[in-house]
Amino acid sequence: MDIIFGRLTIDSLPFYSLIAASGAGVTVLGALSVVAVITYFGAWRLVLFDWISSIDHKKIGIMYIMVALVMLMRGFIDAAMMRSQQAIAFNSDGYLPPSHFDQIFTSHGTIMIFFMAMPFLSGLINLIMPQQIGSRDVAFPFMNAISLWLTTAGAGLVLVSLVIGKFSTAGWTGYPPYSGSEFTPGVGVDYWLWAVLISGIGSTMTGINFLVTIIKCRAPGMTMFRLPLFTWTVFVTAILMVFAFPSLTVACGMLVLDRTVGMHFFTNGMGGNMMNYINLFWLWGHPEVYILILPAFGVFSEVVAVFSQKRLFGYISLVLATMAIGFLSFTVWLHHFFTMGSSARVNSFFGTMTTIIAVPTGVKVFDWLFTMYRGRIIFKPPMLFTLGFLVTFTIGGLSGVLLAMPPVDYLMHNTTFLVAHFHNVIIPGVLFGYIAGYMFWFPKAFGFKLNEKWGTWSFWCWIIGFYLAFMPLYVLGFLGMPRRMEHYDIAAWQPHLIVAAIGAFIIFLGIVCMAVQLVVSIRDRNEALDLTGDPWNGRSLEWATSSPTAAYNFAVLPQVQSIDAWWDMKQRGVAYKRPDAYEDITLPKNTFISAVIGGAGFVFGFAMIWYIWWLAILCLAVIAGAVIVRASDDDSDYVIPASEVKAIEDARFAQLAKAPKNEMADDPGFAGQPVAEGSA
Amino acid sequence: MTATAWTNVSPRDAEKYEEKEFGFWLYLMSDAIIFSLLFATYLIMVGNAAGGPTGKELFSLERAAGETALLLFSSTTFGLAAVALSSAERSKVLLWLAITFALGAGFIFLEIGEFRGMIAEGAGPDRSGFLSSFFTLVGTHGLHVSVGLLWIAVMIGQVLFKGLTAPVASRLMRLGLFWHFLDIIWVVIFSVVYLPGLL
Repeated sequence: MDIIFGRLTIDSLPFYSLIAASGAGVTVLGALSVVAVITYFGAWRLVLFDWISSIDHKKIGIMYIMVALVMLMRGFIDAAMMRSQQAIAFNSDGYLPPSHFDQIFTSHGTIMIFFMAMPFLSGLINLIMPQQIGSRDVAFPFMNAISLWLTTAGAGLVLVSLVIGKFSTAGWTGYPPYSGSEFTPGVGVDYWLWAVLISGIGSTMTGINFLVTIIKCRAPGMTMFRLPLFTWTVFVTAILMVFAFPSLTVACGMLVLDRTVGMHFFTNGMGGNMMNYINLFWLWGHPEVYILILPAFGVFSEVVAVFSQKRLFGYISLVLATMAIGFLSFTVWLHHFFTMGSSARVNSFFGTMTTIIAVPTGVKVFDWLFTMYRGRIIFKPPMLFTLGFLVTFTIGGLSGVLLAMPPVDYLMHNTTFLVAHFHNVIIPGVLFGYIAGYMFWFPKAFGFKLNEKWGTWSFWCWIIGFYLAFMPLYVLGFLGMPRRMEHYDIAAWQPHLIVAAIGAFIIFLGIVCMAVQLVVSIRDRNEALDLTGDPWNGRSLEWATSSPTAAYNFAVLPQVQSIDAWWDMKQRGVAYKRPDAYEDITLPKNTFISAVIGGAGFVFGFAMIWYIWWLAILCLAVIAGAVIVRASDDDSDYVIPASEVKAIEDARFAQLAKAPKNEMADDPGFAGQPVAEGSA
Repeated sequence: MTATAWTNVSPRDAEKYEEKEFGFWLYLMSDAIIFSLLFATYLIMVGNAAGGPTGKELFSLERAAGETALLLFSSTTFGLAAVALSSAERSKVLLWLAITFALGAGFIFLEIGEFRGMIAEGAGPDRSGFLSSFFTLVGTHGLHVSVGLLWIAVMIGQVLFKGLTAPVASRLMRLGLFWHFLDIIWVVIFSVVYLPGLL
């Protein structure tokens, strides 16, 4: 092996296949066009000094969501390729060779979980949670930026695998022994492993950060049982991140050791134990499902209350249900492999636990329904996604309860029934939640609302497309079709697969509508300006700040007296009260060190994948040096003087005076008054 | 805490240090999970020697006892550094940190010697599942100790050049948590890996 380039050779470029080469071409062109656009607008200074070096939680949140949306495109393209291949591959090879098809289903799952959903949720939380608890930032802003750049580094590795080398063919779970070097040499599995490991370290730090923020940085009076429900779900999600991600790190770290230095953790022989991988992986993997979905539940809880103009029904029961889900999520992991030889007794324990975890989720569904009951429901896009979620997610949950029975699982496992089930919970449950959150909080981030017409169109495309794409997969599961088939010879399957492909195309239209919505909204932004910072007549503290939020969030920390703190302040008439005086505000300075650490993390991963040892050592040295430099800097804050705070706030109050009446406050209805505390 | 230069901090800074310490505890908890999974893996693979050498043939009680002594003493000396810190005696802090570093380096020296000896005998981590899990568990701990040594070196530099300022003191407290945590992990390694392997 070459000492300079490791196993990297010119043959790693994808000129062996037209489809692979065009995928690489799109990736390279995409990167070049981003560079070209930034250069065209002369925005390098802005990008570098206002964004990449920023450790402001709101900007970090926006950057996370940008990563998520880019990766959503990439993950969706994978999905569309699979659907079109399966629609035509009856008694034919279709257009994708098996090894390429395998890479696509692997990268689809990997991207959607690790590099679409994780950054999306981290982005929404970063943007909103500190504002909801009345804080000026997260507890560790610098570490927050490192998390962002490590996640981006992982996403970058997945994208680079399109251009240099190949991606894994082992599925997004990477089961050994197939993913071991004996059966899958080459760089594919290593790309997967390092992308997951590097972003996983970022996620662990994110969890620690959110947890400390919620426990230590709440505004005066913001007791735990006055937290908005979104923040409660973030709290439980953060606990799951801190406790579950180490398991993924251990599983993937061991697989790296097996592949790179020839250890025998999971090999077939020499004392390896491949079941251990599967246990470790799902010990993370099942809590991960709830890491993804709990913040989405939080979004739905906020949206349903605001767009029903009513206090959330059963606040305490929602909090308790969230905690119960968090706890139970560690007791069900074995249901991912009922068929792998555990005794009937073990299987029935985990089957029972799996059924039980549906109970708190059911409690939540009823709470949301009762919140709408006798409320004044306003059908704006975030609410539409919430309603779509309630109906669709319940169907997905029910098919999950079916699969929780080990005897049923023996029949259905590894069929498209399973694929239909988890998409049926994850698309309405997780993705609809994030999209609702994106449309709900967009004005908070940018100061203008998203176009409602295109948002509504997007919703209808998503939900119709979803049913067309996934209901046939339930049927196909009953017809015995295994998942991940590159081609097949059973005629009865094809019509269903064609319908599913049409569904995927309609989902594609939903994504197009979202893109059009963004463009149209930016073009017409002056007609949808949010001058008050409270465009939806909201209930929690993030609506107390200006839109877009000032760097310090709150000029004066709010005094909280109740659940739905902002609504309560509006009721008491203290919402827009000018403070007597302002104080100096201390905030962290921008720094490039976090981006340097993320960049070095990316190159380190690349070096480990290609066995370029000198480069890997160099990157570790750079990371260590960067951390030491930062740890020796005792002057990392700057002060906004009170006079500057006053100038910013004066401008805000001038703008408030000009703002028209809130369109949602005009809606008639008797439900606008909150129920007295304790009676819900 | 006694009234010294570095305890005279603003409420905002005091809050920040408290947040950092709490965050560090959370990090230690997630690290503890990594170790507990490595222990669990070791325990299920300890019998998977694949016809190769077992712990009884490989481990040396003398060496393991020596490693244990070094690390336990280093925890004591770090404790003395913390005592010196609380009375703001800079030269004593430096002295005890230097001794802690030397003891920790001695531990790493012994461990590297053990690993080299095993690999030379053909009992490297690629020999069997048992040895993979042994090297990974003990090696992960050793890697942590090495990072701790680097951290001690950096802190010696900070105490020298910055003095016992509030941020330096707060970093030393977290380093202390880390160092004692590694000591506890080692005690478990000694009781779960070496003692049952030899007895």
